[in-house]
Amino acid sequence: MIALLLRDLRLAIRAGGGFGLGLAFFLILATLVPLAVGPQPDLLAPIAPGILWLGALLACLLSLDRIFALDLDDGSLDLLATAPLPLEGVAATKALAHWLTTGLPLAIAGPALSLLLFMPAPAVPWLGLSLLLGTPALSWIGTFGAALTVGLRRGSLLLSLLVLPLYIPTLVFGAEVVRRGAEGLSPATPLALLAGITLGCIGLLPFATAAALRINLK
Amino acid sequence: MSIWEYANPRRFMATSTAVLPWVWTAAAVLCATGLIWGFFFTPEDYRMGYSVKIIYLHVPSAFIAINAWFMMLVASLIWLVRRHHVSALAARAAAPIGLVMTAVALLTGAIWGKPMWGTYWEWDPRLTAFLILGLFYLGYIALWSAIEAADQAADLTSILCLVGTVFAVLSRYAAHFWNQGLHQGASLSLDAEENVADVFWLPLVVSLAGFVLLFIALVLVRTRTEIRRRRIQALAARERLA
Repeated sequence: MIALLLRDLRLAIRAGGGFGLGLAFFLILATLVPLAVGPQPDLLAPIAPGILWLGALLACLLSLDRIFALDLDDGSLDLLATAPLPLEGVAATKALAHWLTTGLPLAIAGPALSLLLFMPAPAVPWLGLSLLLGTPALSWIGTFGAALTVGLRRGSLLLSLLVLPLYIPTLVFGAEVVRRGAEGLSPATPLALLAGITLGCIGLLPFATAAALRINLK
Repeated sequence: MSIWEYANPRRFMATSTAVLPWVWTAAAVLCATGLIWGFFFTPEDYRMGYSVKIIYLHVPSAFIAINAWFMMLVASLIWLVRRHHVSALAARAAAPIGLVMTAVALLTGAIWGKPMWGTYWEWDPRLTAFLILGLFYLGYIALWSAIEAADQAADLTSILCLVGTVFAVLSRYAAHFWNQGLHQGASLSLDAEENVADVFWLPLVVSLAGFVLLFIALVLVRTRTEIRRRRIQALAARERLA
């Protein structure tokens, strides 16, 4: 598993696998929103939590179709399926690699970008924390979606149609944490629910992902 | 004699040929009775006036929209566990019906909401959850139509249906958490002390039964269509080989 994780990380960083692409997208989105709605702080501050969460979600979506597609093309997915490592482990490792290369940088960049959107200062740490807790769920759900559509031509468009509805609970609770933080309320409840979704996804979704992979490789 | 005998497509076709006219007739009679009774022979509500009558379309279609998904869930489980093709095809057949019923429920709700709430759309948890349900139907149908290998499509959509159910329920609770509601409570429930008044309740139950039968009839027809399509494909394949 560690070897697979390191291989995926190396591929993502060296071979232009989309590392940094999501981050750049996130930055561009945070730049475009003020250009679209106007630069007034009182206009941007209330929508900043939602925009940043939405940006993180879409940035995650960008690199999903690469999780399994490249491995399927060069045949290494077949090797992984016949390797002694169970396919559930492969699924979990792939999701972890995706999170380390996409979700984690987004969680770190989010608080910095919140300055661009004039987000209230007390909400900034909550944004970082909620992204840190919520983006693993996005990666795990996305890996499941990628496994469903791996064999398809034009799969990436379908992938976003399948995955975005599944992202809804994560988005709702994640944005709610930041909104409550911005208003000075206690964000403990949505934070706990967000963590619950993430843990549930990490624990259960690799089984569904592996089942989908087995069907696609049959 | 067990229910699994209908897993045999030939058996299913024979039985559904015999049953279908009766289901259609009963559905037509009940829908017509419920709707005509509801539209023309019930009093107007003292607060909502004539607009209360849309309930006879709105509640049954919403009921079918939700329960069609549960039917798909059960059919998907049967397919995954017992590999009965009819079951997978029935799940496929139900999805577009569920999508249309979702759209009908949302549209009638919007038409009713304009005079009553003063708006076509409100980000109310129930409305939001319904819109999300529609998105899940869309994804499910899109996945079915994207995969060419039939068994593989059935497998993958079944898994999507199982995972989607969990997330659809989660989304519903997330929506309730996210915003307070404008929508009234359940019109029909078994444990409530007071449902809607009896004058409205009886035609509503009749049209609800009519919609359920209509759903069954549509699912049967669409499943039969799918089975015939499979047979034609098999014949065409045999023709090419010969």
